[in-house]
Amino acid sequence: MNVSTTLAVSAEGLVKRFGDFSAVDGIDLEVRRGEVFGVLGPNGAGKTTTLSMLATLLPIDGGRASIFGVDVASSPHQIRQLVGVTGQYASVDENLTATENLYLFGRLLGLPKARARATADDLLGRFGLEEAATRQIKNFSGGMRRRLDLAASLIAQPPLIFLDEPTTGLDPRTRGQMWDTIRELVANGSTILLTTQYLDEADQLADRIAVIDRGRKVAEGTPEQLKSSVGDSTLHVRMTDREQTSLAAAVVERVVGEAPVLTPEAGGLNIALPDADRAADVLIALRQASVSIATATVRQPTLDEVFLALTGHHSDTDHQDEEVA
Amino acid sequence: MTTQTLLPEARSAVVVEERPLSPRPSLRDTVTQTFAMAWRAMKKMRRNPEQFFDVTLQPILFTAMFAYVFGGAVSGSVSDYLPLMIPGILAQTALTACMATGTQMREDMDKGVFDRFKAMPIARIAPLAGPMMADLLRYGIAATITIAVGLVMGYRPDGGVVGVIAGWLLTIVAGWSLAWIFAWLGTVARSAQAVQGIGMMIMFPLTFLSNAYVPAGTMPDWLQTFVKINPVSHVVTAVRDLMNGNGLTAQVGWALVACAIVVAIFAPLAVRSYSRKM
Repeated sequence: MNVSTTLAVSAEGLVKRFGDFSAVDGIDLEVRRGEVFGVLGPNGAGKTTTLSMLATLLPIDGGRASIFGVDVASSPHQIRQLVGVTGQYASVDENLTATENLYLFGRLLGLPKARARATADDLLGRFGLEEAATRQIKNFSGGMRRRLDLAASLIAQPPLIFLDEPTTGLDPRTRGQMWDTIRELVANGSTILLTTQYLDEADQLADRIAVIDRGRKVAEGTPEQLKSSVGDSTLHVRMTDREQTSLAAAVVERVVGEAPVLTPEAGGLNIALPDADRAADVLIALRQASVSIATATVRQPTLDEVFLALTGHHSDTDHQDEEVA
Repeated sequence: MTTQTLLPEARSAVVVEERPLSPRPSLRDTVTQTFAMAWRAMKKMRRNPEQFFDVTLQPILFTAMFAYVFGGAVSGSVSDYLPLMIPGILAQTALTACMATGTQMREDMDKGVFDRFKAMPIARIAPLAGPMMADLLRYGIAATITIAVGLVMGYRPDGGVVGVIAGWLLTIVAGWSLAWIFAWLGTVARSAQAVQGIGMMIMFPLTFLSNAYVPAGTMPDWLQTFVKINPVSHVVTAVRDLMNGNGLTAQVGWALVACAIVVAIFAPLAVRSYSRKM
């Protein structure tokens, strides 16, 4: 038994039933130490249910799971010492201030009073919440709640952190801040299991991704593998003067080394990009060749396109379009 | 290496094998966690002072109302009725306060923060026992106000200061014990309204089908049987004995036994159904 190679999370055939409905229908997961593992899927795919079972919040109906080699079903109290959970809806006390919340959680985790206070102040500082320290949470913005929620999960310095849809419902700016915070955690060596509805979020943060649909895992791999199964990002350009289309196509081919695809409507080009950064090169070259552009958009594959490619059906979610930065 | 880090010590934290995992919360941990939860409940109370209406206004209202309405009819005069009635009102206000314990617990459990409590390595009884402990303050306030109103209206307890304090203490103990019934109700009911509704149905028979307001002698036999086994009757008789100068009677012992039985049944039930809901 080589403990240092024990997986952070190992789950085999996890099942959760609610009556006749299987919310989770035989999911296998392997999360390695020190990695960020993303679970990607639309609303109702079973992401939160899976996380809840691993966090001992829901009993496991079938299959087995272990965290750092500790069995989840038989040793819930030990599992709770290994995992920090940040929920989809910030789980902090509305009636208490930010400081009081962190102090309470510190005391519950067995910190002496002075240390609980010091830890609270320390975390508030690191998460940029000092000025809100003495305000009740009910007066907090969504982004501040999430940050406080994440701070609360770090009091015990758990080796494994669960982030359940950490940015759902946040505005793009707050979302970016949350991503930075998560990246810092990763830099510090924490293992993170993250669920999200957004492909770009999984892409930004995760080392490996499992795609979940209707309680089953439909794909797993690195973000690159996943995206290449769908297609690279695409620059769509429409010329003001459609006579310039062939000139533009020639310029584009010179820059990216590949001929662009003419769009069905006249005067438009779809340019496959190895990465989105090359869009600027293409646009500059077009400007230098005096091609006048009406519109230009860079598009990533959406979650719906990933789903369509992987499952043959749409993801049935309204959310993939909003807030994709 | 990163210049600014969230957790400087986190590198060592990820070395899992070095952290000792405790198999279950120790008794000491459980006590600390219960006190932390009580601290939280006290903070909440201070920020929502309307939570104190039932333990401040109600005892004043009920004591005055019952004394003037029933006093003459039951005991011939208000002042003769007070020694009989004040212990009854004490039991009733304690029960009302208990009901609020259950309702608020239910409301609390629907909140997001309970998800965190569930995911934390803490004793499962702490989130229940903490607020129960904080509610001792409410029972204390209710009992104090009831006795004070009685004294103002002319109640002169023969038990003296010691007897009154003993009755006051017994009321608080009884309130705390009976509150476990409502705490259990809070963990099984679907909503706070349900707890309130069921609570009313428990509270009214328990207080009125007892010797709290009238001597049981004129009731039909079957009802007298219920009155005799009703724990509220035992508590009321015991408080009467203590406050009206009969001293430490067997009834006081029986009242404490009744309270202990209620706790022994309902505290484990409440904790079990709370942990199941997790």
